[in-house]
Amino acid sequence: MIKVNNRPVEWQEGMTIKKLINILKYSYPVLIVTINGEHIPREKYEAATVSDGDDVKIIHPIAGG
Amino acid sequence: MSCILTAEHVHKIKAARKVLKEFKYEPAKLEKGYANKSLYINISNNSIVSKDVTEKMKDVFIGGKGFGLWYLWNAVNPLTKWNDPENEIVISPGPIAGITQYPGAGKSLVVSISPTTGSVVDSNVGGHFGPFLKFSGWDALEIQGKADREVIIFIDGNKGTISIEEAPLESVDTHLIIEELTEMYAESDEDKRNISVVSSGTAAQNSYIGLLNFSFYDKRRKSPRVKQAGRGGIGTVFRDKKIKAIVVKFNGVKGDLNNPVDLKKIQELGIKLHKEIHDFDAIQTQKREVGTANLVEIMNDYDLLPVNNFKYGNHPETWKIDSKQIKKKVTQNMPDGCWYGCSMACAKAVDGFILKTGPYKGQKVLIDGPEYETVAAVGSNLGIFNLDHVLECNFYCDTYGVDTISLGTTTAFLMECYESNILNKEITGGLELTFGNKDAAMELLHQMSRGESFGKIAGLGVRKIKELLVKEYGAEPQFLNDIGMENKGMEYSQYISKESLAQQGGYAMTNKGPQHDEAWLIFMDMVNNQIPSFEDKAEALHYFPMFRTWFGLMGLCKLPWNDIEPANNRQTSEPAKVPEHVQNYVELFNSVTGKTINKQELIVQSERVYNFQRIFNIKMGFGQKVHDNPPYRSVGPVTVEEYLSRQDRYDQQMKELIGVAPDGKTIEEKIKITRKYREDQYEELRQTVYKRRGWTENGIPTLEHIRNLGIDFPEVLEVVNKHL
Ligand code: SF4
Repeated sequence: MIKVNNRPVEWQEGMTIKKLINILKYSYPVLIVTINGEHIPREKYEAATVSDGDDVKIIHPIAGG
Repeated sequence: MSCILTAEHVHKIKAARKVLKEFKYEPAKLEKGYANKSLYINISNNSIVSKDVTEKMKDVFIGGKGFGLWYLWNAVNPLTKWNDPENEIVISPGPIAGITQYPGAGKSLVVSISPTTGSVVDSNVGGHFGPFLKFSGWDALEIQGKADREVIIFIDGNKGTISIEEAPLESVDTHLIIEELTEMYAESDEDKRNISVVSSGTAAQNSYIGLLNFSFYDKRRKSPRVKQAGRGGIGTVFRDKKIKAIVVKFNGVKGDLNNPVDLKKIQELGIKLHKEIHDFDAIQTQKREVGTANLVEIMNDYDLLPVNNFKYGNHPETWKIDSKQIKKKVTQNMPDGCWYGCSMACAKAVDGFILKTGPYKGQKVLIDGPEYETVAAVGSNLGIFNLDHVLECNFYCDTYGVDTISLGTTTAFLMECYESNILNKEITGGLELTFGNKDAAMELLHQMSRGESFGKIAGLGVRKIKELLVKEYGAEPQFLNDIGMENKGMEYSQYISKESLAQQGGYAMTNKGPQHDEAWLIFMDMVNNQIPSFEDKAEALHYFPMFRTWFGLMGLCKLPWNDIEPANNRQTSEPAKVPEHVQNYVELFNSVTGKTINKQELIVQSERVYNFQRIFNIKMGFGQKVHDNPPYRSVGPVTVEEYLSRQDRYDQQMKELIGVAPDGKTIEEKIKITRKYREDQYEELRQTVYKRRGWTENGIPTLEHIRNLGIDFPEVLEVVNKHL
């Protein structure tokens, strides 16, 4: 189990930020991602591994609409 | 000239005009963003008056919506109805409006008493009218009275003349009248870009959900185009006053006409934002390429796109109406702005669309849009996943003068009533109003334009239809109140708020009704989980409505605030606020007006007007706790099918949040338990928000708060004291 935005999400073997974003269907084009507080830039989404127990934040920085 | 408009026709309508009143004036030179004059026109007795804009008005009400509210407050009494001659339509652009250096500065705010809510309503609109009005020497235009014959008001800002003209032969539908009047009042083809027309349409006069179109001339297409002041039925007020159009003509737009105190600073701020838009729009929100339409697929992915009267949040056929399909229809390589200097350029148009239905069937037309709200309102929310239908409906709504959001939400409600056997073919006059029936939906709109059959009923809007169904057909009120997506008499805009408590408040605890321009908190709340406590949500429901009110005081567009963000925004402590852009606005205001506000004072400027509007609602008999009750469809699942569509989520919430085991319970029992919990949550949120906003438990601004804001005028206190 990992945490995404302080809510529990099932962890999967080989999970990366890119895969996690796909599972959650987070298609909003501007995201701010951290793993355990460390900022992950967009170009590293595919390489950034998510381990079991990680605290992930995927923030949609918009109060718009 | 378009193929349908001949010189002979223009000559004929021109010859039939009769000037009823003419007024000459010396156009004021703008100083620090203000003309310091406002124009009052009474079309009952054809009087035209120039009023002074006082320093006090500027300090307290700033401009735009603030001026509109203040003039309207003085014009009406608690018994004034939307169709009384005392009701006004006030159009005011605001002190920053008209600058060309910073994107998004061409907006006008329109204020009136609404036919659907019965209270004060405001609507924000682009197009060239507001800036032209100000450059013509007027910070606001107040129109009161009711004409006894069809009229046009014409303001020539260069010559300094205003006329009220009898207009018997002009068309009513917008796509025709804007061409006619642009042709008629321009002295040459070159002069057409100096004309802006406010108009409505035939459905506005036969419904309560009429809108106003504000035109701007597109030089490349050689055609006028329109932006809409959609919400609250102001087009209906306009047609009830027998106004066919208001035309302003101003030649000589330049970057310094506002006479700001620090033009250089404004240029610097503008260059910085232009660069951000240039560098990041393509990877951020693609406003230049598709406008707001990319929200269609995004909202679908997040389960937020309304489907079948807000029952569901996504649909497998959404791809048929998403921005990729829309992109194929809009004319490419043409970044389009609704005011000079807006490099965000979100305006979009479809050229040469051949209409398949209605009075203009077979004609090739230009369609502005479609915007996200329209696609959702007349597409997914009606279960219609057909882009040509959406475009056709978009065109007819604009030209008939009907708000796509209210039309869509009302039609969706009628469709659910039909499928729930509350309506049938006998009542609808043969229309089979089932979800997905595009032909029936289009016919309903055409009937509205003709003022016929069931279209006339549909034009009443959700609240009045509910009353009628209970009274005439014995429908059960609670079910109608649960599924009828209106609050305060205004139809909901197009987002599913069921899974975001903050957004439920963002819709129902508003001043004018559930339009998301006060607060859109769904991502912060539902997705990011950044505002978990009631206090956090209340803080957001204080800050964002106050901040967003400010755009309406200034004549600014909201999109360049947060639909583009600086590269380092994500590293700031509050990225949702886009702090750098907030600072830009502070500096922009100071550079135009010479005042020295900071970001806290910016919020106070809005807070004054926001609370004044709340008190205005109270004056008109609304604006209290009971008026902030949402329909349950916006809070949780009303029907079994709705519960089943998100059963796992609701069952889990029952276990984890409510502490009740869902096993062994019927769906009906689970709906009841969920409802009790969600309604209690809303109530707790409401009280926390009221407290944060400085209001009593009944939603009345406290005397202390009113005094602190400096709006404790005797007439304000008189209204409030009755309720404390
Ligand atoms: S962002 Fe769009 S709506 Fe706003 S001012 Fe620019 S073109 Fe007009």
